Amino acid sequence: MKDDRTLTRGKVTGIVSNLVMVEVDGPVAQNEICYIQLGGTQLMSEVIKYANGKAYIQVFESTRGLKVGAEVIFTQAMLEVTLGPGILSKNYDGLQHDLDKMEGVFLKRGDYTEPLDENKLWEFIPLAKDGDIVEAGSWLGQVDENGQPHKIMVPFKFTGQYRVKTVVPQGNYKIIDPIAILINNAGEEIPVSMVQKWPVKVPIKTYREKPRPFKLLETGVRTIDTLNPIVEGGTGFIPGPFGSGKTVLQHAISKQAEADIVVVAACGERANEVVEIFTEFPELEDPRTGRKLMERTTIIANTSNMPVAAREASVYTAMTIAEYYRNMGLRVLLLADSTSRWAQALREMSNRMEELPGPDAFPMDLPAIIAGFYARAGFVYLKNGSTGSITFIGTVSPAGGNLKEPVTESTKKVGRCFYALSQQRADSKRYPAIDPIDSYSKYLEYPELQEYIVTRTDEHWIAKVSELKNILLRGKEAYEQMNILGDDGVPLDYHIRYWKSEIVDFVILQQDAFDKIDASTPIVRQKELVDKVLDICRSEFSFESFEEVNPYFKRLINAFKQMNYSEFHSEKYKKYESEISAIVAERKVANGN
Amino acid sequence: METRAFQKIYTKLTNITKATCTVEAENVGYEEIAIVAGRMAQVVKINGKSVTLQVFGGTENIPTNAEVIFTGKPPVLKVSDDLAGRFFNAYGKPIDGGPEVDGEEREIGGPSVNPVRRKQPSELIATGIAGIDLNNTLVTGQKIPFFADPDQPFNQVMAMVALRAKSDKIILGGMGLTMDDYLYFKNVFDNAGALDRIVSFVSTTEDPPVERLLIPDMALTAAEYFAVDKNEKVLVLLTDMTLYADALSIVSNRMDQIPSKDSMPGSLYSDLAKIYEKAVQFPTGGSITIIAVTTLSGGDITHAIPDNTGYITEGQLFLRRDSEIGKVIVDPFRSLSRLKQLVIGKKTREDHPQVMNTAVRLYADAANARTKLENGFDLSEYDERALKFAREYSERLLAIDVNIDTEKMLNVGWELFAKYFTPAEVGIKAELVNKYWPKEN
Ligand SMILES: Nc1ncnc2c1ncn2[C@@H]1O[C@H](COP(=O)(O)OP(=O)(O)OP(=O)(O)O)[C@@H](O)[C@H]1O
Ligand SMILES: [Mg+2]
Repeated sequence: MKDDRTLTRGKVTGIVSNLVMVEVDGPVAQNEICYIQLGGTQLMSEVIKYANGKAYIQVFESTRGLKVGAEVIFTQAMLEVTLGPGILSKNYDGLQHDLDKMEGVFLKRGDYTEPLDENKLWEFIPLAKDGDIVEAGSWLGQVDENGQPHKIMVPFKFTGQYRVKTVVPQGNYKIIDPIAILINNAGEEIPVSMVQKWPVKVPIKTYREKPRPFKLLETGVRTIDTLNPIVEGGTGFIPGPFGSGKTVLQHAISKQAEADIVVVAACGERANEVVEIFTEFPELEDPRTGRKLMERTTIIANTSNMPVAAREASVYTAMTIAEYYRNMGLRVLLLADSTSRWAQALREMSNRMEELPGPDAFPMDLPAIIAGFYARAGFVYLKNGSTGSITFIGTVSPAGGNLKEPVTESTKKVGRCFYALSQQRADSKRYPAIDPIDSYSKYLEYPELQEYIVTRTDEHWIAKVSELKNILLRGKEAYEQMNILGDDGVPLDYHIRYWKSEIVDFVILQQDAFDKIDASTPIVRQKELVDKVLDICRSEFSFESFEEVNPYFKRLINAFKQMNYSEFHSEKYKKYESEISAIVAERKVANGN
Repeated sequence: METRAFQKIYTKLTNITKATCTVEAENVGYEEIAIVAGRMAQVVKINGKSVTLQVFGGTENIPTNAEVIFTGKPPVLKVSDDLAGRFFNAYGKPIDGGPEVDGEEREIGGPSVNPVRRKQPSELIATGIAGIDLNNTLVTGQKIPFFADPDQPFNQVMAMVALRAKSDKIILGGMGLTMDDYLYFKNVFDNAGALDRIVSFVSTTEDPPVERLLIPDMALTAAEYFAVDKNEKVLVLLTDMTLYADALSIVSNRMDQIPSKDSMPGSLYSDLAKIYEKAVQFPTGGSITIIAVTTLSGGDITHAIPDNTGYITEGQLFLRRDSEIGKVIVDPFRSLSRLKQLVIGKKTREDHPQVMNTAVRLYADAANARTKLENGFDLSEYDERALKFAREYSERLLAIDVNIDTEKMLNVGWELFAKYFTPAEVGIKAELVNKYWPKEN
């Protein structure tokens, strides 16, 4: 907070739930943060509208007991996050208060805890030298944060160029200790510490360029990696009715994806789901580094029972933290569950302000807000030539499971990967319930990705993927015919076609998120599996009658599933591999290739 | 509520609607309780001196010069061990003829538990009903509703579940209960000798609908007292949440809020979440489990009330009448307990997940066969067996009148597999088949 005397003050004149009207005695800015004085507690709030001499503020807390006349102090700052070493493995609320530092079982209004630990010592290694010319985002040094090279950067708020006067030598420092002195154009000396602040609603753009992303981001989820891959710096979204598996899928991705940093925004969903992360992540290992998953993860928890206005802030808090790490040249994965709850928070406020509503009473500018948010993700070249990325995947919870609703439609315009969860697949326990036919990855059409992906798989990979999709489509058509005409009303070939698509479904698409081995399939293993499955789908089989088809393919599927449950290339794996060959040999027509 | 000396009495109402009234007043706190012509009301909007109150008892017959007294307090409940065994109305006043309960005054609708102070639920709740214990296992700290059409016996099933669950306290929040259902609960609890561990807050169909808005918060404040202060395992029953949501929409419509889907307020999700998220497992052993009822109209789960509920709760239990066996069953397709994977096969026998999944899959095969039959196609021999299996599975496991322990449920499962199918058709892991497949004599 700046000098108290120059700050604008105001008095509460009206209250509707968490929307408060304030008469002010000076200038206020849109999105400025202010504090309502309620007894001994301060209620953090944000200006969301100004009209007729009144500021309309949304309060990030319950307004119970608040009275007309209460004093409000404006801060001249927007909602900001504190950036510095120590963010990883923290559990924050939507406004970046450290949940672990709060006292008591229940959340208390106005209990605003510090996001970072001021007394912790970090071993600082200088990267810049005296005389270097630097600018916002330039790396001055680094500390080791849970095994990650956490770069200490010139604060993003600095404009123009600076000359490094001094950088402290290698040694242990606290985050508030000055680690460098910079000189600006006017010749003034400016000390820099390891911590800085940044307003969450403003994108951090200290990179050189943002090209189209092209590098496959392995998630270990076969139906994503094989069929509709996402890329480092890509965007995707997962719409689906309740219970269709959005959260389980996101958790799987957060555990397995090839990322350096994972930021999870639990936005207006269940507290128990966050507890699951708190409980499991400190135990689970990141197979790539051998460290605990929690060490690379930060959780922003604004669960559904926490104040609604902070829900909107939570996704921005998460994004800003992600941008901070991206600027260190790291691969960040950002997950938000659920972006619909964020949109609903906007709707609640817009309703209270009696704004003219758009479709389904959502604010008119919802599409622009969503687009603006997704645009912050991406793959970047930093000014020093390194690369960094934010891959963003959000879930969407459409009302009544109907995808023709404003949040899904607005997201569809900006999310490049669409993972539609189908109620029907979820009902028949075909998990993950991503509909293979409706879903898409636009990245698959990027020549950049096509070129890259063959280096991780093989040169015919793209053709194989479309072959798989084709098999699924033809299988579906055959199934529809069988339903209309009856099992014996269609040619035998329809049955075979249908069951070939079932192999693709059961063996590649379906994956048990709760099995240690099946949960995550590395891309090399996916490649081998695709080849095996395609080999079968390309073969011809002979049957006497349609009644033989179903049991035969069921046996085959069963053997494949057992193989999926076995360690890659283990004895057990090989055993099922040969069992599969034996079953295939029973009916394969000799030269049917 | 007694009037205190300094309290100012206002007598000029400027606006009255069916559920709210507006009065010119000063120094009023948001969400404060006031008494309007003897009826309890709560501040829902303040604009300068103009204070809008939601009148829980309805505004019928309230004159523009009605006396309005502000209490200076949010709604409260007095909590102590004396709550046990008692029946209260929506305001926390006894309706059982007994004395008022003395105790510490607690705000209702208070703050939420810090997520990092929660523990992951892991304690199974056994109900004896296989449709629940086998297929949709419940866990302490869970929140789950019954989705049922109004003609289904959901209150009976809920009472049964409550009595069989080994909880320290059962807290009943009845909203728009018929007098008959209220008396039913009272009798069942009485006959089971369980009255001393029951606390009830009830608003019947005879009471004004807006009153219902107080019930969940009253019930959950009592629950928090027992779970936090006394480390007890508390089971909260909320019936019928659809009627609660209806009351929400009455108030929001009167306040000229723009309705979203199905004329429900735009804040429905947050409103319901605030209630359901009170379900919690504490590290100290105390827990709050919420079992609710959401009645559907014509089985439509896309309606805003069940839809928002489904997005909040940890699964749902569907009741359906199975015409084949003429009994109500817990529908295995549409029901789901999301926390079951925390306990099945861990707190129960190792074969639980596989037996559960396999039986449901075979039941699905039977459903397909039935569709074939309805479409006039011939059934295969496998289809015939699947149908027979489904019937017996429904009768012996899905029906809500089943009362056996989980081990027995699993054994019945294996018995039915062996009776109608071969191990290959069942497709369970070889190790388990070797161990549990019934040996011929
Ligand atoms: N990959 C999977 N493997 C096995 N079971 C799954 C899988 N995905 C989902 N499920 C089952 O479905 C349930 C619901 O999944 P999840 O919680 O992810 O749904 P959701 O789409 O996030 O729902 P909501 O919108 O209500 O949050 C899980 O508890 C689990 O039982
Ligand atoms: Mg979810």
